[in-house]
Amino acid sequence: MQTEEQALIFELSRPGRTGYSLPEDELGETDVENLLPAQYLRTNEPELPEVSELQIMRHYTALSSRNHGVDSGFYPLGSCTMKYNPKIHEDIARMPGFAHVHPYQPEEQVQGVMKLMYDLQESLAEITGMDQVTLQPAAGAQGEWTGLMMIRSFHEANGDHHRNKVIVPDSAHGTNPASASVAGFEAVTVRTNERGLVDLEHLREVTGDDTAALMLTNPNTLGLFEDEIIEMSAIIHDAGGKLYYDGANSNAILGITRPGDMGFDVVHLNLHKTFTGPHGGGGPGSGPVGVTKELAPFLPKPILIKSETGYTWENNRPHSIGRVKPYYGNFGINVRAYAYIRTMGAEGLKKVSEYAVLNANYLMRRLQPYFELPYNRNCMHEFVLSGKRQKKLGVRTLDMAKRLLDFGYHPPTIYFPINVEECMMVEPTETESKETLDEFADAMIQIAQEAEKEPEIVQEAPHTTVIKRLDETLAARKPVLKYKKCVDSENKVKA
Amino acid sequence: MNFRYLPMTEEDKQEMLDYIGVNNTSELFSAIPEKIRFTGEMNLASPLSEPALIKEFQKLSSKNENIKMHPSFLGAGIYDHYIPSVVDHVIRRSEFYTAYTPYQPEISQGELQAIFEFQSMICELTGMEIANSSMYDGATALAEAALVAASYSKMKKTKIIVSEGVHPEALEVLKTYASGPDLTVQQIPLLNGQTDVEAVQDAMDDNTAGVIVQYPNFYGSLENLKEIEKAAHNYKSLFIVSSNPLALGVLTPPGEFGADIVIGDAQPFGIPSQMGGPHCGYFAASKKLMRKVPGRLVGQTVDEDGRRGFVLTIQAREQHIRRDKATSNICSNQALNALAASVAMSALGKKGLRQMALQNVKNTNYLREQVKNRGINIVNEQPVFNEFIIDVKQPVSSINKKLKEKGIIGGFDLSKVDSNRNGQMLVCVTELRSKEEMDYFVKELEGAVNAD
Repeated sequence: MQTEEQALIFELSRPGRTGYSLPEDELGETDVENLLPAQYLRTNEPELPEVSELQIMRHYTALSSRNHGVDSGFYPLGSCTMKYNPKIHEDIARMPGFAHVHPYQPEEQVQGVMKLMYDLQESLAEITGMDQVTLQPAAGAQGEWTGLMMIRSFHEANGDHHRNKVIVPDSAHGTNPASASVAGFEAVTVRTNERGLVDLEHLREVTGDDTAALMLTNPNTLGLFEDEIIEMSAIIHDAGGKLYYDGANSNAILGITRPGDMGFDVVHLNLHKTFTGPHGGGGPGSGPVGVTKELAPFLPKPILIKSETGYTWENNRPHSIGRVKPYYGNFGINVRAYAYIRTMGAEGLKKVSEYAVLNANYLMRRLQPYFELPYNRNCMHEFVLSGKRQKKLGVRTLDMAKRLLDFGYHPPTIYFPINVEECMMVEPTETESKETLDEFADAMIQIAQEAEKEPEIVQEAPHTTVIKRLDETLAARKPVLKYKKCVDSENKVKA
Repeated sequence: MNFRYLPMTEEDKQEMLDYIGVNNTSELFSAIPEKIRFTGEMNLASPLSEPALIKEFQKLSSKNENIKMHPSFLGAGIYDHYIPSVVDHVIRRSEFYTAYTPYQPEISQGELQAIFEFQSMICELTGMEIANSSMYDGATALAEAALVAASYSKMKKTKIIVSEGVHPEALEVLKTYASGPDLTVQQIPLLNGQTDVEAVQDAMDDNTAGVIVQYPNFYGSLENLKEIEKAAHNYKSLFIVSSNPLALGVLTPPGEFGADIVIGDAQPFGIPSQMGGPHCGYFAASKKLMRKVPGRLVGQTVDEDGRRGFVLTIQAREQHIRRDKATSNICSNQALNALAASVAMSALGKKGLRQMALQNVKNTNYLREQVKNRGINIVNEQPVFNEFIIDVKQPVSSINKKLKEKGIIGGFDLSKVDSNRNGQMLVCVTELRSKEEMDYFVKELEGAVNAD
């Protein structure tokens, strides 16, 4: 195990070393002063590292060894759908006709790209049960905001200028209220009832003629299906509002039920989650949005049209909310998602959800005797446990998460949703085998037993990682957000 | 059909069902009302084997012309640059690309340190004090900068002044974002290729939250940042500059001109064009805006034994903590592309980045001279970085068609974004265009222009 500090790339720098190979200069010496006026000429050089190619590879290989991905081990991070990322997708996305096309090439030069985008849109419309799809949004949060802006334009087009409230369950992802706010709405919270579902009585209370929309994740972040969705849909629609579907949890429902059939008017999907993105260490994602016919005129422009002569971009969209992203979305991620859909087909996608739900239920039942299970009934693709029992022994959920690191696992999502005390949200996904689930369950059970018998092992975890728990208070109180070169007495460059 | 991503065996399935105490998987879905169940089979193409999948996508890929097949003079926000081979070898390491946001720092030090290094490099190039871990792209970074400006004034100022020299699609994205909190966007026209400084001064008032310009601007020219900075700060507005970060290898960084926020796209560093995305927005700012910045920030700290380490920090700004009071709704960003940009910046380094930037300036000036020498009109004679405008005096689309027949991908047709610019072609010349390619372009352009 490596426990030494990892040098920053800047600290490897030595003047005169190079890691690049630029084209030969064919134009001869020219004084840059003749080409650019003095006021525009940079006088100080940016302090970038000077390193050789091997140093670069060793540096980033060392960094990668200090990082846990799905390929490194189990990663049951709830609501993030950390499933396997097929390797063939990486090869396909790098095919020259996908990687090296410029969005401003004439349409006739990029018909293959446009066909792929069109067929992906159609596939996603079928999967979600919506009428039309845009691939423009870059990620889930941008999809949410795009959908809300469309709902806003829809209400305004109907002269409904007073609808300024978006209802969001207390168990919702943080992006929901944040997106509502960026779209110019006020977020109103609706409570979760004792069954872990939206409290219908409270929903009736907060719904009114100022309601623009209800945002809902279904299954919700507790991993439970909102079984009163038909009633909820009626409450919102009767009041003139729209229903927004946050697709973060759609891995549970592929081919089983569709947002469009549940009564949703707008849907976003996270292609980096359900459709194998991959997650990239935080992104890039892709957050396509599907809508009903009624909302289609408000889609971001341009729209991709299929005609007898080929594919074309339509910009004449008078009701469009405008552009939400330059060019045509995160195409490189969309290629991967489309490859996934073509690999799985309808049959495979349905199996994905079936097995994702089976895996989650199995793991939940294996852990149930050892942890508090706040909602004791079949779950969907994920479930939440509470660390309440262990907390009484002085062991927090954070401690148990850190102890899991010693077993080579990425911990579940913790302390979310906020309405469950000491929450652990576990999403195993369909790509994990029974053996992995059993091994993880065994580790969790061991930790629960340690909490009873030798709590300090858990409280002081992790024990095997390259670094121990970090001082987050110091980081926030005295922020150091960039490298600063300084020279100490031994003339050694240190951060 | 067998599915290689699904390890479930019939035996596993039965054992698991027995353990749970249900007869079949449909029982697990019993919470879903019958009425909304999807009963048919989705109308999707049949599953493909791996070899069939490759064939299918190779077919689709080969239906596109790509900018590596022909010398390309197309830029307009997305550039064909040298990508050191190491970049792809690093970002293909699956410890990076199969991870998510580094929520557990003890097993995410690799990603966290890589982001910290990215933030540091962006600060160096832009001349700013802080930078975040990335934004979706340059255009949304620009729009979010406008929202930060309004929020910095506690929403007391609601006007954003923006130069028409900003990328037209960024301008469109800005308008969409601004309509959320009902901000007014006032556009300032160009005068001789540069933002009309007097018009900026005239437009300024106490309600102006921010002033946005692009440097070099969309049409290739450099901007008078010194005068625009004065105009913005006279009214205590934030001065926001959108910059191609490669250009900052040779140009005075906006930070030295007093910019409060510098945003842009790091696509020129190691990121292929891929039909316009994913690229890599960056967001740099002065320290006073630290708690207003959107997105993830990585900070340095120590562990229990005093070892240096890195964590996500100042998270009280973010949506998962502040919900509707967050500075932005951004969650997923462009981390892997920020990693690509970091590797490219490391490979180029202090000397290489400047050299590459200079090659762009030299090549562009060479081509401009050559075009001019053939008696073809140049629209902007001012100093440029890697783009300038040629007046071909006929539809650019027909010239581009002729160039294509000669194996050249021509420049951007400016009439697509401005009806007053019929016949104007925005041409981009990077370090990848050889003298032979440039000379060939000039020859064929002359032929195409004089064809009738």
